[in-house]
Amino acid sequence: LSIACGPVWADPDTDQLTINGDITIITEAAAPSHMEYIDTIYSGWRFRSDETQAVQMDDFDNPGMLGVENALAAWDTEEGSEGKSCASCHGAAESLAGIRAVYPKWNEAKGMVTTLEMEVNNCRETRMGAEKWKYTGGDMTDMVALISSVSRGMPVNVAIDGPAQSTWEAGKELYYTRTGQLELSCANCHEDSYGLMIRADHLSQGQINGFPTYRLKNTKLNSVHARFKGCVRDTRAETFAPGSPEFIALELYVASRGNGLSVEGPSVRN
Amino acid sequence: MKHGLGLGVAAIFAATTAFAEAVEPTDVVFVDGAVEMSLSGQPGDPAAGAEVMNKGAGNCIACHEVSDLDHLPFQGEIGPALDGVADRWSVAELRGIVANAKIMFPESRMPSFYKTVGFIRLGDAYTGKAHGDGEVQPLLTAQQIEDVVAYLVTLKED
Ligand code: HEC
Ligand code: HEC
Ligand code: HEC
Repeated sequence: LSIACGPVWADPDTDQLTINGDITIITEAAAPSHMEYIDTIYSGWRFRSDETQAVQMDDFDNPGMLGVENALAAWDTEEGSEGKSCASCHGAAESLAGIRAVYPKWNEAKGMVTTLEMEVNNCRETRMGAEKWKYTGGDMTDMVALISSVSRGMPVNVAIDGPAQSTWEAGKELYYTRTGQLELSCANCHEDSYGLMIRADHLSQGQINGFPTYRLKNTKLNSVHARFKGCVRDTRAETFAPGSPEFIALELYVASRGNGLSVEGPSVRN
Repeated sequence: MKHGLGLGVAAIFAATTAFAEAVEPTDVVFVDGAVEMSLSGQPGDPAAGAEVMNKGAGNCIACHEVSDLDHLPFQGEIGPALDGVADRWSVAELRGIVANAKIMFPESRMPSFYKTVGFIRLGDAYTGKAHGDGEVQPLLTAQQIEDVVAYLVTLKED
Protein backbone atom coordinates (compact mmCIF):
# COMPACT_ATOMS: atom_id res chain seq x y z
CA LEU A 1 0.00 0.00 0.00
CA SER A 2 1.16 3.51 0.78
CA ILE A 3 4.15 2.31 2.75
CA ALA A 4 6.17 2.03 -0.45
CA CYS A 5 8.69 4.82 -0.22
CA GLY A 6 8.39 6.38 -3.66
CA PRO A 7 10.24 9.36 -5.05
CA VAL A 8 9.85 12.58 -3.13
CA TRP A 9 8.54 15.56 -5.11
CA ALA A 10 8.96 19.11 -4.05
CA ASP A 11 5.79 20.04 -5.93
CA PRO A 12 2.61 18.49 -7.25
CA ASP A 13 3.41 16.13 -10.10
CA THR A 14 2.29 16.69 -13.68
CA ASP A 15 0.05 13.61 -14.05
CA GLN A 16 -3.41 14.03 -15.54
CA LEU A 17 -6.53 12.35 -14.17
CA THR A 18 -9.14 10.66 -16.31
CA ILE A 19 -11.51 8.23 -14.60
CA ASN A 20 -12.64 5.09 -16.47
CA GLY A 21 -10.92 6.55 -19.53
CA ASP A 22 -13.97 8.78 -19.73
CA ILE A 23 -14.43 11.42 -17.03
CA THR A 24 -11.81 14.17 -17.30
CA ILE A 25 -10.93 15.68 -13.96
CA ILE A 26 -9.49 19.19 -13.67
CA THR A 27 -6.75 18.81 -11.05
CA GLU A 28 -5.08 22.18 -11.64
CA ALA A 29 -6.65 25.57 -12.15
CA ALA A 30 -6.01 29.27 -11.71
CA ALA A 31 -6.76 30.19 -8.11
CA PRO A 32 -10.09 31.94 -7.57
CA SER A 33 -9.66 35.69 -7.25
CA HIS A 34 -10.46 35.73 -3.53
CA MET A 35 -7.22 33.85 -2.79
CA GLU A 36 -4.39 36.20 -1.93
CA TYR A 37 -1.36 33.97 -1.51
CA ILE A 38 -1.75 31.19 -4.07
CA ASP A 39 -1.82 31.46 -7.88
CA THR A 40 -2.60 27.89 -8.83
CA ILE A 41 -4.82 25.39 -7.09
CA TYR A 42 -4.27 21.64 -7.24
CA SER A 43 -6.32 18.63 -6.29
CA GLY A 44 -4.81 16.50 -3.54
CA TRP A 45 -4.60 13.73 -6.17
CA ARG A 46 -1.59 15.49 -7.70
CA PHE A 47 0.39 15.04 -4.47
CA ARG A 48 -0.13 11.31 -4.15
CA SER A 49 2.16 8.54 -5.37
CA ASP A 50 1.59 6.94 -8.78
CA GLU A 51 0.32 3.80 -7.05
CA THR A 52 -2.28 5.68 -5.04
CA GLN A 53 -3.25 7.78 -8.04
CA ALA A 54 -3.84 4.69 -10.15
CA VAL A 55 -6.41 3.30 -7.72
CA GLN A 56 -8.69 6.24 -8.44
CA MET A 57 -8.47 5.97 -12.22
CA ASP A 58 -10.86 3.06 -12.57
CA ASP A 59 -14.06 2.57 -10.61
CA PHE A 60 -13.44 -1.17 -10.40
CA ASP A 61 -10.24 -0.48 -8.47
CA ASN A 62 -11.59 2.38 -6.36
CA PRO A 63 -12.80 0.93 -3.03
CA GLY A 64 -14.77 4.12 -2.47
CA MET A 65 -17.17 2.94 -5.16
CA LEU A 66 -18.34 0.18 -2.81
CA GLY A 67 -19.73 2.94 -0.62
CA VAL A 68 -21.50 4.37 -3.66
CA GLU A 69 -23.05 0.94 -4.30
CA ASN A 70 -24.26 0.73 -0.70
CA ALA A 71 -25.80 4.16 -1.07
CA LEU A 72 -27.53 3.17 -4.30
CA ALA A 73 -29.30 0.44 -2.36
CA ALA A 74 -30.23 2.90 0.39
CA TRP A 75 -31.44 5.35 -2.27
CA ASP A 76 -34.17 2.92 -3.28
CA THR A 77 -35.06 1.77 0.23
CA GLU A 78 -38.33 3.04 1.68
CA GLU A 79 -37.86 4.16 5.25
CA GLY A 80 -39.64 6.12 7.94
CA SER A 81 -43.25 7.01 8.69
CA GLU A 82 -43.92 8.34 5.16
CA GLY A 83 -42.92 5.09 3.48
CA LYS A 84 -40.72 6.89 1.01
CA SER A 85 -37.25 6.42 -0.43
CA CYS A 86 -34.96 9.04 -1.92
CA ALA A 87 -35.98 7.67 -5.30
CA SER A 88 -39.68 8.32 -4.56
CA CYS A 89 -39.05 12.03 -4.83
CA HIS A 90 -35.75 12.45 -6.65
CA GLY A 91 -36.01 9.66 -9.20
CA ALA A 92 -32.59 8.43 -10.29
CA ALA A 93 -29.55 9.51 -8.28
CA GLU A 94 -28.27 11.20 -11.44
CA SER A 95 -30.97 13.81 -10.91
CA LEU A 96 -28.68 15.28 -8.26
CA ALA A 97 -25.85 15.84 -10.79
CA GLY A 98 -24.33 19.28 -10.20
CA ILE A 99 -25.44 19.46 -6.57
CA ARG A 100 -22.09 18.45 -5.01
CA ALA A 101 -20.36 21.23 -6.94
CA VAL A 102 -22.35 24.04 -5.29
CA TYR A 103 -22.45 22.85 -1.67
CA PRO A 104 -22.15 24.13 1.04
CA LYS A 105 -24.84 26.56 -0.05
CA TRP A 106 -27.18 29.19 1.39
CA ASN A 107 -30.53 27.62 2.25
CA GLU A 108 -33.22 30.25 2.09
CA ALA A 109 -35.82 28.31 4.09
CA LYS A 110 -33.37 27.55 6.91
CA GLY A 111 -31.73 30.95 6.79
CA MET A 112 -28.27 29.43 6.97
CA VAL A 113 -25.55 27.78 4.94
CA THR A 114 -26.13 24.04 4.80
CA THR A 115 -23.97 21.10 3.82
CA LEU A 116 -24.98 18.04 1.80
CA GLU A 117 -25.10 16.02 5.01
CA MET A 118 -27.61 18.47 6.48
CA GLU A 119 -29.75 18.31 3.33
CA VAL A 120 -29.78 14.53 3.41
CA ASN A 121 -30.79 14.49 7.06
CA ASN A 122 -33.39 17.15 6.43
CA CYS A 123 -34.99 14.92 3.80
CA ARG A 124 -34.78 11.93 6.09
CA GLU A 125 -36.30 13.63 9.09
CA THR A 126 -38.85 16.02 7.66
CA ARG A 127 -39.71 14.39 4.32
CA MET A 128 -39.37 10.68 5.08
CA GLY A 129 -40.08 10.65 8.80
CA ALA A 130 -36.93 8.56 9.22
CA GLU A 131 -34.15 8.70 11.79
CA LYS A 132 -31.35 11.06 10.93
CA TRP A 133 -27.95 9.59 10.19
CA LYS A 134 -24.84 10.34 12.24
CA TYR A 135 -23.05 13.23 10.59
CA THR A 136 -19.85 11.33 9.78
CA GLY A 137 -21.38 7.84 9.92
CA GLY A 138 -20.96 5.22 7.21
CA ASP A 139 -24.52 5.51 5.80
CA MET A 140 -24.17 9.25 5.50
CA THR A 141 -20.70 9.24 4.00
CA ASP A 142 -21.72 6.58 1.48
CA MET A 143 -24.71 8.71 0.45
CA VAL A 144 -22.55 11.79 0.06
CA ALA A 145 -20.16 9.68 -2.04
CA LEU A 146 -23.08 8.72 -4.30
CA ILE A 147 -24.20 12.33 -4.62
CA SER A 148 -20.60 13.37 -5.39
CA SER A 149 -20.04 10.59 -7.90
CA VAL A 150 -22.81 11.84 -10.19
CA SER A 151 -21.09 15.26 -10.33
CA ARG A 152 -17.60 14.00 -11.12
CA GLY A 153 -15.82 16.20 -13.62
CA MET A 154 -17.99 19.23 -12.95
CA PRO A 155 -16.14 22.26 -11.62
CA VAL A 156 -16.62 23.17 -7.97
CA ASN A 157 -18.45 26.48 -7.85
CA VAL A 158 -19.65 27.42 -4.39
CA ALA A 159 -21.11 30.88 -3.88
CA ILE A 160 -19.34 33.05 -1.32
CA ASP A 161 -21.21 36.29 -1.71
CA GLY A 162 -24.71 37.43 -0.82
CA PRO A 163 -26.19 35.78 2.25
CA ALA A 164 -23.33 33.23 2.42
CA GLN A 165 -20.66 35.88 2.80
CA SER A 166 -20.57 36.19 6.57
CA THR A 167 -20.33 32.40 6.94
CA TRP A 168 -17.53 32.37 4.38
CA GLU A 169 -15.68 35.05 6.31
CA ALA A 170 -16.05 33.11 9.55
CA GLY A 171 -14.56 30.10 7.76
CA LYS A 172 -11.67 32.15 6.46
CA GLU A 173 -10.94 33.40 9.96
CA LEU A 174 -10.79 29.80 11.21
CA TYR A 175 -8.52 28.79 8.33
CA TYR A 176 -5.91 31.32 9.37
CA THR A 177 -6.18 30.83 13.15
CA ARG A 178 -3.29 28.99 14.78
CA THR A 179 -4.74 26.47 17.18
CA GLY A 180 -3.55 24.11 19.84
CA GLN A 181 -0.22 23.71 21.55
CA LEU A 182 1.54 23.46 18.17
CA GLU A 183 0.01 26.80 17.16
CA LEU A 184 -0.52 25.80 13.55
CA SER A 185 -3.27 27.00 11.23
CA CYS A 186 -4.66 25.24 8.18
CA ALA A 187 -2.75 27.82 6.14
CA ASN A 188 0.57 27.01 7.83
CA CYS A 189 0.42 23.50 6.43
CA HIS A 190 -1.76 23.73 3.30
CA GLU A 191 -0.87 27.20 2.00
CA ASP A 192 2.64 27.92 3.31
CA SER A 193 3.98 24.38 3.06
CA TYR A 194 2.16 22.42 0.36
CA GLY A 195 4.51 20.36 -1.76
CA LEU A 196 6.81 19.76 1.22
CA MET A 197 7.17 16.64 3.30
CA ILE A 198 5.99 16.74 6.91
CA ARG A 199 7.47 13.56 8.29
CA ALA A 200 6.12 10.83 5.93
CA ASP A 201 3.33 12.97 4.46
CA HIS A 202 3.53 14.97 1.24
CA LEU A 203 1.49 18.07 2.04
CA SER A 204 -1.23 19.00 -0.43
CA GLN A 205 -3.31 22.17 -0.50
CA GLY A 206 -5.93 20.44 1.67
CA GLN A 207 -8.61 20.74 -1.01
CA ILE A 208 -11.98 19.06 -0.51
CA ASN A 209 -13.05 18.55 -4.14
CA GLY A 210 -12.18 14.84 -3.72
CA PHE A 211 -14.44 14.14 -0.74
CA PRO A 212 -15.50 11.74 0.49
CA THR A 213 -12.00 10.28 0.26
CA TYR A 214 -11.24 6.60 0.54
CA ARG A 215 -8.05 6.52 2.63
CA LEU A 216 -5.72 3.57 2.31
CA LYS A 217 -4.62 4.40 5.86
CA ASN A 218 -7.98 3.69 7.54
CA THR A 219 -9.53 1.70 4.65
CA LYS A 220 -12.82 3.58 4.61
CA LEU A 221 -14.55 6.59 3.15
CA ASN A 222 -13.83 9.75 5.12
CA SER A 223 -16.07 12.78 5.25
CA VAL A 224 -14.91 16.38 5.10
CA HIS A 225 -15.64 17.14 8.74
CA ALA A 226 -13.92 13.96 9.91
CA ARG A 227 -10.80 15.09 8.04
CA PHE A 228 -11.01 18.59 9.50
CA LYS A 229 -11.33 17.07 12.93
CA GLY A 230 -8.18 15.01 12.42
CA CYS A 231 -6.16 17.98 11.19
CA VAL A 232 -7.25 20.21 14.09
CA ARG A 233 -6.55 17.42 16.57
CA ASP A 234 -3.05 17.12 15.12
CA THR A 235 -2.29 20.67 16.26
CA ARG A 236 -2.92 19.45 19.82
CA ALA A 237 -6.11 21.49 19.90
CA GLU A 238 -9.65 20.94 21.05
CA THR A 239 -11.45 20.18 17.80
CA PHE A 240 -14.88 21.35 16.70
CA ALA A 241 -17.67 18.81 16.31
CA PRO A 242 -18.65 17.48 12.88
CA GLY A 243 -21.73 19.43 11.79
CA SER A 244 -20.88 22.39 14.05
CA PRO A 245 -21.35 25.95 12.76
CA GLU A 246 -17.57 26.33 12.78
CA PHE A 247 -16.95 23.32 10.54
CA ILE A 248 -19.83 24.32 8.22
CA ALA A 249 -18.18 27.73 7.80
CA LEU A 250 -14.76 26.18 7.36
CA GLU A 251 -16.15 23.76 4.77
CA LEU A 252 -17.64 26.62 2.75
CA TYR A 253 -14.35 28.51 2.88
CA VAL A 254 -12.16 25.51 2.00
CA ALA A 255 -14.58 24.48 -0.78
CA SER A 256 -14.29 27.99 -2.23
CA ARG A 257 -10.52 27.64 -2.37
CA GLY A 258 -11.20 24.80 -4.80
CA ASN A 259 -13.61 26.66 -7.09
CA GLY A 260 -12.51 25.58 -10.57
CA LEU A 261 -11.24 22.09 -9.68
CA SER A 262 -13.47 19.17 -10.64
CA VAL A 263 -15.59 17.27 -8.20
CA GLU A 264 -13.80 13.91 -7.94
CA GLY A 265 -15.35 12.17 -4.94
CA PRO A 266 -15.13 9.44 -3.97
CA SER A 267 -11.40 9.90 -4.41
CA VAL A 268 -8.50 7.80 -3.16
CA ARG A 269 -5.84 9.15 -0.83
CA ASN A 270 -3.35 7.65 1.58
CA MET B 1 38.74 15.41 26.62
CA LYS B 2 35.64 14.06 28.33
CA HIS B 3 37.81 11.95 30.60
CA GLY B 4 39.83 14.86 31.86
CA LEU B 5 36.84 16.99 32.77
CA GLY B 6 34.35 14.31 33.65
CA LEU B 7 35.03 13.99 37.33
CA GLY B 8 35.28 17.68 38.06
CA VAL B 9 32.07 18.49 36.22
CA ALA B 10 30.25 15.66 37.94
CA ALA B 11 31.44 16.90 41.32
CA ILE B 12 30.31 20.46 40.70
CA PHE B 13 26.88 19.31 39.62
CA ALA B 14 26.53 16.95 42.54
CA ALA B 15 27.14 19.94 44.76
CA THR B 16 24.66 22.21 42.99
CA THR B 17 21.79 19.88 42.10
CA ALA B 18 20.26 20.51 45.49
CA PHE B 19 19.38 24.06 44.43
CA ALA B 20 19.40 23.61 40.65
CA GLU B 21 15.76 24.15 39.82
CA ALA B 22 14.25 24.29 36.37
CA VAL B 23 13.40 27.76 35.13
CA GLU B 24 9.61 27.96 34.71
CA PRO B 25 8.49 28.39 31.07
CA THR B 26 6.96 31.75 31.97
CA ASP B 27 10.23 32.96 33.58
CA VAL B 28 12.65 32.27 30.72
CA VAL B 29 14.66 35.38 29.81
CA PHE B 30 15.20 35.86 26.08
CA VAL B 31 17.80 38.34 24.82
CA ASP B 32 17.54 38.77 21.05
CA GLY B 33 15.84 35.38 20.89
CA ALA B 34 18.66 33.66 22.81
CA VAL B 35 18.62 32.12 26.29
CA GLU B 36 21.93 32.25 28.13
CA MET B 37 21.30 29.97 31.12
CA SER B 38 20.57 26.27 31.18
CA LEU B 39 16.84 25.81 31.71
CA SER B 40 17.29 22.81 33.98
CA GLY B 41 20.47 23.90 35.70
CA GLN B 42 21.96 20.65 34.43
CA PRO B 43 24.07 19.90 31.37
CA GLY B 44 22.29 18.29 28.46
CA ASP B 45 22.86 14.74 27.24
CA PRO B 46 23.31 14.70 23.44
CA ALA B 47 22.30 11.04 23.13
CA ALA B 48 19.02 11.69 24.92
CA GLY B 49 18.62 14.78 22.75
CA ALA B 50 19.00 12.72 19.58
CA GLU B 51 16.11 10.56 20.83
CA VAL B 52 13.86 13.58 21.33
CA MET B 53 14.64 14.68 17.76
CA ASN B 54 12.78 11.59 16.55
CA LYS B 55 9.90 11.00 18.92
CA GLY B 56 7.24 12.18 21.29
CA ALA B 57 6.50 15.87 21.50
CA GLY B 58 9.92 16.70 20.03
CA ASN B 59 9.72 15.01 16.66
CA CYS B 60 11.97 17.65 15.12
CA ILE B 61 12.66 15.55 12.04
CA ALA B 62 8.97 15.84 11.14
CA CYS B 63 10.07 19.23 9.81
CA HIS B 64 13.89 19.12 9.61
CA GLU B 65 16.39 16.93 7.78
CA VAL B 66 19.45 15.88 9.76
CA SER B 67 22.08 13.84 7.88
CA ASP B 68 23.51 12.61 11.17
CA LEU B 69 20.15 10.86 11.78
CA ASP B 70 19.77 9.51 8.26
CA HIS B 71 19.10 6.00 9.57
CA LEU B 72 15.67 7.41 10.46
CA PRO B 73 13.28 7.44 7.49
CA PHE B 74 10.84 10.18 6.51
CA GLN B 75 12.55 13.41 7.43
CA GLY B 76 10.53 16.54 6.79
CA GLU B 77 11.26 19.67 4.78
CA ILE B 78 9.23 22.40 6.48
CA GLY B 79 12.26 23.94 8.20
CA PRO B 80 15.90 24.17 7.08
CA ALA B 81 18.17 21.10 7.30
CA LEU B 82 19.95 21.19 10.63
CA ASP B 83 23.34 20.04 9.32
CA GLY B 84 25.99 22.46 10.56
CA VAL B 85 23.46 24.30 12.69
CA ALA B 86 26.04 24.76 15.47
CA ASP B 87 28.23 26.73 13.05
CA ARG B 88 25.38 29.14 12.48
CA TRP B 89 24.08 29.64 16.01
CA SER B 90 25.59 29.88 19.49
CA VAL B 91 24.47 27.57 22.31
CA ALA B 92 22.36 30.36 23.80
CA GLU B 93 20.71 31.03 20.44
CA LEU B 94 19.99 27.34 19.89
CA ARG B 95 18.44 27.15 23.37
CA GLY B 96 16.27 30.16 22.58
CA ILE B 97 15.18 28.72 19.22
CA VAL B 98 14.22 25.36 20.71
CA ALA B 99 12.50 26.92 23.74
CA ASN B 100 10.46 29.41 21.69
CA ALA B 101 11.42 29.80 18.04
CA LYS B 102 8.85 32.54 17.50
CA ILE B 103 11.01 35.01 19.38
CA MET B 104 13.94 34.53 16.99
CA PHE B 105 11.68 33.98 13.97
CA PRO B 106 8.38 35.84 14.35
CA GLU B 107 5.43 33.97 12.78
CA SER B 108 7.51 30.81 12.45
CA ARG B 109 5.70 27.55 11.79
CA MET B 110 8.05 25.95 14.35
CA PRO B 111 6.18 25.12 17.58
CA SER B 112 7.28 26.69 20.86
CA PHE B 113 8.56 23.78 22.89
CA TYR B 114 8.89 25.51 26.26
CA LYS B 115 5.73 27.51 26.52
CA THR B 116 2.59 27.01 28.61
CA VAL B 117 0.33 30.01 28.08
CA GLY B 118 -1.34 31.92 25.27
CA PHE B 119 -2.79 29.05 23.20
CA ILE B 120 -6.07 29.06 21.28
CA ARG B 121 -8.29 26.01 21.92
CA LEU B 122 -5.59 24.15 23.76
CA GLY B 123 -6.27 20.43 23.59
CA ASP B 124 -5.39 17.49 25.80
CA ALA B 125 -2.40 16.24 23.76
CA TYR B 126 -3.66 14.51 20.59
CA THR B 127 -7.08 13.49 21.88
CA GLY B 128 -8.94 16.38 20.25
CA LYS B 129 -10.54 17.05 23.64
CA ALA B 130 -10.20 20.29 25.60
CA HIS B 131 -7.20 20.55 27.88
CA GLY B 132 -9.22 21.22 31.02
CA ASP B 133 -8.09 23.02 34.14
CA GLY B 134 -4.97 20.98 34.92
CA GLU B 135 -1.51 22.48 34.79
CA VAL B 136 -0.25 22.90 31.23
CA GLN B 137 2.99 21.06 30.58
CA PRO B 138 5.35 22.45 27.94
CA LEU B 139 5.94 20.19 24.91
CA LEU B 140 9.41 19.40 26.23
CA THR B 141 10.74 19.49 29.79
CA ALA B 142 13.59 21.82 30.73
CA GLN B 143 15.95 18.87 30.71
CA GLN B 144 14.75 17.67 27.30
CA ILE B 145 15.40 21.16 25.90
CA GLU B 146 18.93 20.99 27.30
CA ASP B 147 19.39 17.51 25.84
CA VAL B 148 18.25 18.63 22.39
CA VAL B 149 20.49 21.70 22.54
CA ALA B 150 23.42 19.49 23.57
CA TYR B 151 22.70 17.35 20.52
CA LEU B 152 22.38 20.33 18.16
CA VAL B 153 25.75 21.58 19.38
CA THR B 154 27.31 18.42 17.91
CA LEU B 155 26.01 19.31 14.43
CA LYS B 156 29.11 21.06 13.06
CA GLU B 157 30.24 20.94 9.48
CA ASP B 158 33.84 22.09 10.02
C1 HEC C 1 -40.76 13.37 0.16
C2 HEC C 1 -39.83 13.81 -0.83
C3 HEC C 1 -38.35 13.60 -0.65
C4 HEC C 1 -37.68 12.50 -0.20
C5 HEC C 1 -38.23 11.18 0.27
C6 HEC C 1 -36.28 12.85 -0.24
N1 HEC C 1 -36.11 14.11 -0.69
FE1 HEC C 1 -34.38 15.12 -0.91
N2 HEC C 1 -35.38 16.79 -1.39
C7 HEC C 1 -36.76 16.87 -1.56
C8 HEC C 1 -37.12 18.25 -1.84
C9 HEC C 1 -38.52 18.78 -2.09
C10 HEC C 1 -35.91 18.98 -1.82
C11 HEC C 1 -35.74 20.47 -2.04
C12 HEC C 1 -35.40 20.69 -3.47
C13 HEC C 1 -35.19 22.12 -3.76
O1 HEC C 1 -34.99 22.91 -2.84
O2 HEC C 1 -35.15 22.47 -4.93
C14 HEC C 1 -34.85 18.02 -1.55
C15 HEC C 1 -33.52 18.35 -1.49
C16 HEC C 1 -32.48 17.44 -1.39
C17 HEC C 1 -31.08 17.77 -1.50
C18 HEC C 1 -30.51 19.16 -1.77
C19 HEC C 1 -30.61 19.35 -3.27
C20 HEC C 1 -30.57 20.76 -3.76
O3 HEC C 1 -31.15 20.99 -4.83
O4 HEC C 1 -30.00 21.64 -3.13
C21 HEC C 1 -30.39 16.61 -1.36
C22 HEC C 1 -28.86 16.43 -1.40
C23 HEC C 1 -31.35 15.55 -1.12
N3 HEC C 1 -32.60 16.10 -1.15
C24 HEC C 1 -31.06 14.22 -0.93
C25 HEC C 1 -32.01 13.26 -0.56
C26 HEC C 1 -31.67 11.91 -0.14
C27 HEC C 1 -30.25 11.34 -0.11
C28 HEC C 1 -32.84 11.30 0.20
C29 HEC C 1 -33.03 9.95 0.80
C30 HEC C 1 -32.23 9.57 1.94
C31 HEC C 1 -33.89 12.26 -0.04
N4 HEC C 1 -33.36 13.43 -0.49
C32 HEC C 1 -35.25 12.00 0.16
C33 HEC C 1 -37.66 15.85 -1.46
C34 HEC C 1 -37.36 14.60 -0.96
C1 HEC D 1 0.39 20.07 11.04
C2 HEC D 1 0.04 20.14 9.67
C3 HEC D 1 -1.42 20.30 9.28
C4 HEC D 1 -2.34 21.24 9.69
C5 HEC D 1 -2.15 22.36 10.68
C6 HEC D 1 -3.56 20.96 8.95
N1 HEC D 1 -3.38 19.88 8.14
FE1 HEC D 1 -4.72 19.16 6.78
N2 HEC D 1 -3.43 17.66 6.30
C7 HEC D 1 -2.16 17.50 6.82
C8 HEC D 1 -1.55 16.33 6.24
C9 HEC D 1 -0.16 15.81 6.55
C10 HEC D 1 -2.50 15.78 5.34
C11 HEC D 1 -2.34 14.54 4.46
C12 HEC D 1 -1.58 14.90 3.21
C13 HEC D 1 -2.34 15.89 2.37
O1 HEC D 1 -3.31 15.51 1.70
O2 HEC D 1 -2.02 17.10 2.41
C14 HEC D 1 -3.65 16.66 5.39
C15 HEC D 1 -4.81 16.48 4.63
C16 HEC D 1 -5.87 17.36 4.59
C17 HEC D 1 -7.01 17.23 3.72
C18 HEC D 1 -7.25 16.10 2.71
C19 HEC D 1 -6.85 16.54 1.33
C20 HEC D 1 -7.19 15.51 0.27
O3 HEC D 1 -6.87 15.75 -0.90
O4 HEC D 1 -7.75 14.47 0.60
C21 HEC D 1 -7.83 18.28 3.98
C22 HEC D 1 -9.16 18.58 3.32
C23 HEC D 1 -7.20 19.07 5.03
N3 HEC D 1 -6.00 18.48 5.37
C24 HEC D 1 -7.73 20.23 5.57
C25 HEC D 1 -7.17 20.93 6.64
C26 HEC D 1 -7.82 22.04 7.32
C27 HEC D 1 -9.15 22.64 6.92
C28 HEC D 1 -6.99 22.42 8.33
C29 HEC D 1 -7.22 23.42 9.41
C30 HEC D 1 -8.39 23.24 10.22
C31 HEC D 1 -5.82 21.57 8.25
N4 HEC D 1 -5.97 20.67 7.24
C32 HEC D 1 -4.72 21.69 9.09
C33 HEC D 1 -1.53 18.32 7.73
C34 HEC D 1 -2.10 19.43 8.33
C1 HEC E 1 6.26 22.17 12.37
C2 HEC E 1 7.59 22.40 11.90
C3 HEC E 1 8.79 22.40 12.82
C4 HEC E 1 9.09 21.56 13.87
C5 HEC E 1 8.26 20.40 14.43
C6 HEC E 1 10.39 21.96 14.34
N1 HEC E 1 10.86 23.00 13.61
FE1 HEC E 1 12.68 23.92 13.80
N2 HEC E 1 12.21 25.24 12.34
C7 HEC E 1 11.06 25.20 11.58
C8 HEC E 1 11.09 26.28 10.61
C9 HEC E 1 10.02 26.59 9.58
C10 HEC E 1 12.32 26.97 10.82
C11 HEC E 1 12.86 28.17 10.07
C12 HEC E 1 12.76 29.41 10.90
C13 HEC E 1 11.66 30.30 10.45
O1 HEC E 1 10.50 29.99 10.73
O2 HEC E 1 11.93 31.32 9.80
C14 HEC E 1 12.99 26.27 11.90
C15 HEC E 1 14.25 26.63 12.38
C16 HEC E 1 14.98 25.88 13.29
C17 HEC E 1 16.36 26.16 13.67
C18 HEC E 1 17.25 27.22 13.06
C19 HEC E 1 17.85 26.53 11.85
C20 HEC E 1 18.82 27.32 11.02
O3 HEC E 1 19.58 26.70 10.33
O4 HEC E 1 18.77 28.54 11.04
C21 HEC E 1 16.70 25.21 14.60
C22 HEC E 1 18.04 25.06 15.31
C23 HEC E 1 15.54 24.35 14.79
N3 HEC E 1 14.52 24.79 13.98
C24 HEC E 1 15.51 23.27 15.65
C25 HEC E 1 14.39 22.48 15.89
C26 HEC E 1 14.32 21.45 16.90
C27 HEC E 1 15.47 21.03 17.78
C28 HEC E 1 13.05 20.93 16.87
C29 HEC E 1 12.42 19.88 17.75
C30 HEC E 1 12.61 19.95 19.17
C31 HEC E 1 12.35 21.62 15.80
N4 HEC E 1 13.19 22.55 15.24
C32 HEC E 1 11.05 21.35 15.42
C33 HEC E 1 10.03 24.30 11.70
C34 HEC E 1 9.92 23.30 12.66
